[in-house]
Amino acid sequence: MKTIELSSVLTAGKAFTAKVEADSKVNVRSCYQCGKCSAGCPAAYAMDYAPHQVIRMVQLGLEDRVLSSHAIWLCASCENCITRCPRDVDLPALMDTLRRAAYKKGTVAEKNVALFNNLFLQSVETYGRPHEMSMMMRYNMKSGQLMKDVFRGPELMKRGKMSLRPEKIRDNGAVRRIFGRVRASSGGEQL
Amino acid sequence: MKRVGVFVCHCGSNIAAVVDCERVAKEAAKFPGVAFSIDNKYMCSDPGQDLIKKAVEEHHLDRIVVASCTPRMHEPVFRRATENAGINPYLFAMTNIREHVSWIHTDREKATEKAIDLVRMAVAKVLHTVPLEKSSIPITKRALVIGGGIAGMQAALDIADNGNPVVLVEREPTIGGKMPMLDKTFPSLDCSACICTPKMASTDQHPNITIYTHSEVERVDGYIGNFQVTIRQKAKYVDHKICTGCGLCETKCPNKKIPNSFEAGMGNRTAIYKAFPQAVPNKPIIDAANCRKLTKDKCGVCAKVCPTGAIKYDDQDELITIDVGAIVMATGYDLFPWKEAYGEYGYGKYPDVITGLQFERLVNASGPTSGHILRPSDGKEPKTIVFIKCVGSRDDVKGKAYCSRTCCMYTAKHAHQAVDKIEDSHVIVFYMDVRTAGKGYEEFYQRTVEDGVHYVRGRVSKIYQLGDKLIVRGEDTLLGEAVQVNADLVVLATAMVPSAGSGEIAHIVGFSTDKDGFYQEAHPKLRPLETFTAGVFLAGACQGPKDIPDTAAQGSGAAAKASAVLSNRSMETDPLISQVNDAVCAGCGVCVGICPYRAIELKEITQRAGGKTIARRVASINSGLCQGCGACVAACRSGALDLKGFTNQQIMAEVDALCL
Repeated sequence: MKTIELSSVLTAGKAFTAKVEADSKVNVRSCYQCGKCSAGCPAAYAMDYAPHQVIRMVQLGLEDRVLSSHAIWLCASCENCITRCPRDVDLPALMDTLRRAAYKKGTVAEKNVALFNNLFLQSVETYGRPHEMSMMMRYNMKSGQLMKDVFRGPELMKRGKMSLRPEKIRDNGAVRRIFGRVRASSGGEQL
Repeated sequence: MKRVGVFVCHCGSNIAAVVDCERVAKEAAKFPGVAFSIDNKYMCSDPGQDLIKKAVEEHHLDRIVVASCTPRMHEPVFRRATENAGINPYLFAMTNIREHVSWIHTDREKATEKAIDLVRMAVAKVLHTVPLEKSSIPITKRALVIGGGIAGMQAALDIADNGNPVVLVEREPTIGGKMPMLDKTFPSLDCSACICTPKMASTDQHPNITIYTHSEVERVDGYIGNFQVTIRQKAKYVDHKICTGCGLCETKCPNKKIPNSFEAGMGNRTAIYKAFPQAVPNKPIIDAANCRKLTKDKCGVCAKVCPTGAIKYDDQDELITIDVGAIVMATGYDLFPWKEAYGEYGYGKYPDVITGLQFERLVNASGPTSGHILRPSDGKEPKTIVFIKCVGSRDDVKGKAYCSRTCCMYTAKHAHQAVDKIEDSHVIVFYMDVRTAGKGYEEFYQRTVEDGVHYVRGRVSKIYQLGDKLIVRGEDTLLGEAVQVNADLVVLATAMVPSAGSGEIAHIVGFSTDKDGFYQEAHPKLRPLETFTAGVFLAGACQGPKDIPDTAAQGSGAAAKASAVLSNRSMETDPLISQVNDAVCAGCGVCVGICPYRAIELKEITQRAGGKTIARRVASINSGLCQGCGACVAACRSGALDLKGFTNQQIMAEVDALCL
C-alpha cells in the first residue's frame, strides 16, 4: 500500500474536512479514536473500514478514500454509536454527509444502497408516503435482481403490509413543496 | 516467677470466623508461664486495652502476649497499653493470627491449631524478653537542602518559614534548576520565569536561608539530627562580596562561542558569565576551562574592565563544614541521552531534530531566537513540525521501561504553541498513548486537538534528511497504514532520567537508589518522601519523573518532614537495635560493610588481658542510624552481635516451642 504523506494530505484535505464538518455539524477533532462506535456497530462486520476509521480518514482529510468506501453506505443509521459515544460525535450525521458527498462526486461504492435511497425518496415525493410495491418493483428492475424477495409478496399482501395501490394522503402538494424547498436550499442537488 | 497474660482477639469476625478464639485462649492457659488467658472481640478498642490493664492488676501479670493482627497495624497501640498497665512496653509480644491465619486459611480446625502454635511461640519469646529503654539523641536545628531547583527552593522556603535555618547547596552558578529554562507551563500556560524567578528571589532574600551556588556536597557523616556536612565551594574567580553584577565583564569577554547549558545548546555564552539575566545570585563566575587567562595566562580583559576589582584569578576551592539535623534531597533530573541510543533518529546528526527542552528555548521570549520558532539549521520558520513522544521512555531496549509522566503534557503545550505561533502550519504528534493525569490536563490536551494539532498513534521508525526536509516515517496504527511526513523540524520528547551525579551524591549522603537510579523512597505509597536513612527526605524528580505541581507539592511535603525532625531539641530512638558484645567481637568488620544504614563502625577499646592493657578494635552501633534490620546479626561470625527485642535466644525459644 502506498505510504500516506501527512503534510501534503493535510494540506490537500483541509478544505474537505472543513466542509464535512460544516455540512454535518460534527466536530471530527472531538473524536479520540476509542473505537466504542466500531465495537457496538451492528453493521461493522460488513464494512471495509470500521466506523472509527471513517472518522480517522475525515480527520486526516483522506477524501478519495473515505468517499469511495463501502462503510459509509453500509451504516444503517441505527444510532447505537452516538448513543454511546463519550465525545458526542454524531457519526450517523457524518455518514449521511459523506454519502451525499460521495453521491455528488460519483464515487458511490454501494450502488444498490444509493439506488434504494433514491427510489424511497422518489416514492415519498410522488405519493406523499412510500408505496412499497412500486418501489420494490422498480428497485428489482433497476438493480437487476428481478426475483429478489418476490415470493414474500403474497404473504405481505395477505397481512396488509403491502398493497397494490398507493395510499393517498390529504395534501400531497405539501410534501412536494418540502422536497422542492430542500432541493432549492441544497443548490439543486439530486437527493 | 514470670507471669504472662495472653489476649486473643476476634477482630470482629475477621479472625473468629476461621479461628476458634476461645479454644486458643483455653489452650494458651496451659502453656508454661501463662498466668491468665482470655479472648475478646476487639482487643485494639478502648475496652480491649482496659482488659489488659485490669488483668495486670488482678493477676499480677508481668508480660503480655496479644494474638491479633499484624504488628505493623497495632503494635504501637498494644505497647502503649502494656506501658499504661505499668509494665515495660518491651515485655510484650504480638503474634499475627489474622494475616497469617484467618485470612489465608479456610479449615477451622487446622487454622485454630496453627493459631495455638503461634501463641505458644509468642509466649516462649516473651519469657526471654528483658526490659528495654528508649534513648534520646540531640537534634541540630538546621536543615540542608541539596539542589536548588523548584523542589529544593520550595523545601528550603517552607523549612525556613517554619523558623529553622536552611543551607541550600546548588551545583550550578545559579539556583532555579530547569524551570527558568521553560517558556510556559501547562495547563494554565502561565509564564514559567514569571512564577519561578520571584521564588528564586524569595529564596535568596529569606533571612533563614544560606545559599551556596557553584558548590557540591563532598562528604556527609553522622546521623539523623546530627549530620556533619562538608561542602566544596568551587572557585568562582569573582569576589561576589565586591561584584555588583553590572555585567560589563560579560560584554567584553572575547570568548563568546561557548555553548550555554542554560540554552540547552541553542545559544552561546562568554567565559565569564551569568547563566541568564535573572540568575540568583545575579553575579558572574568564570568558567575556568574556557577562560584564556586561566588556561593560557593571556587576555585578562575582565579584570581590566571590572569597575570594582572583583575578579580574582587566584581564587581557590573552599571547604565549608556545617552541622545539620535533616537533609532534603532535590537533585532533579536530566534528559535521556537520546543521541547515544537512537540511530533511527540520526544519532543527533540532523540539526533540526531537537529535544523538548531545546524547543522551550526556541519558543521562549528570552531565548536565543527571542521566541520565534526558527529551526537551527538555516534559521527558517518551520511549517511542518513533528513531535515524537516516548523517546527513551517506555522503551526497555534502548531507553527506560518507565513512563516519564510529563512528556504528554509538555508536548501538547509545545504543539499548541507551534500552531499558535506559526500560521498555516502542520503540527503532527506521534504518540503511543496520551496520558493526562492531572487537574485540567485532559482538557488542555483536548484543546490542543481542537486547535488543529494532528495526533497520530504510532512510533516513528525512521528519520532521514532529503534536501531541506526531514522525512519522518511512521505508522498510523488507528488507520493501520504507514504514514510519512516531510517535516521541517522534529522535536523529541526525551525521557527524564536522574540528574548527572545523583548516584554519587546518594552514596555520599548514604541512601539507596532504584534500578533506574532514582532515589528510593521508604514506601511507595505511605512514605514517599522518606528514604531508608532516617533524617534524609526526598523532593521532586530525583525520586521519579514529576511535573512542576507535583514537584512543588513534594518540596513542601519534604519540608514538613524535615521540620518535624527539627521541631524537637532531642528525639527518642527505638531500642530495638543491634548491640555488640565487646568481649566476643573479633573486630573483623564484616558487619560494617553489610549494614545498609552505615550504622556500624569499628572503635578502639582497651582492656586488661594477662596483666597487660591491650587496645583492640570492636564493632560499635550508632543508635541514631541503626534501624534494627538484623542483617549484621546474621552476618557476625563470632556471634557478638544481637538484635534487642529479637535476640538469638528469643528466636531459638520460639523455634523450640514449635518443634520440641
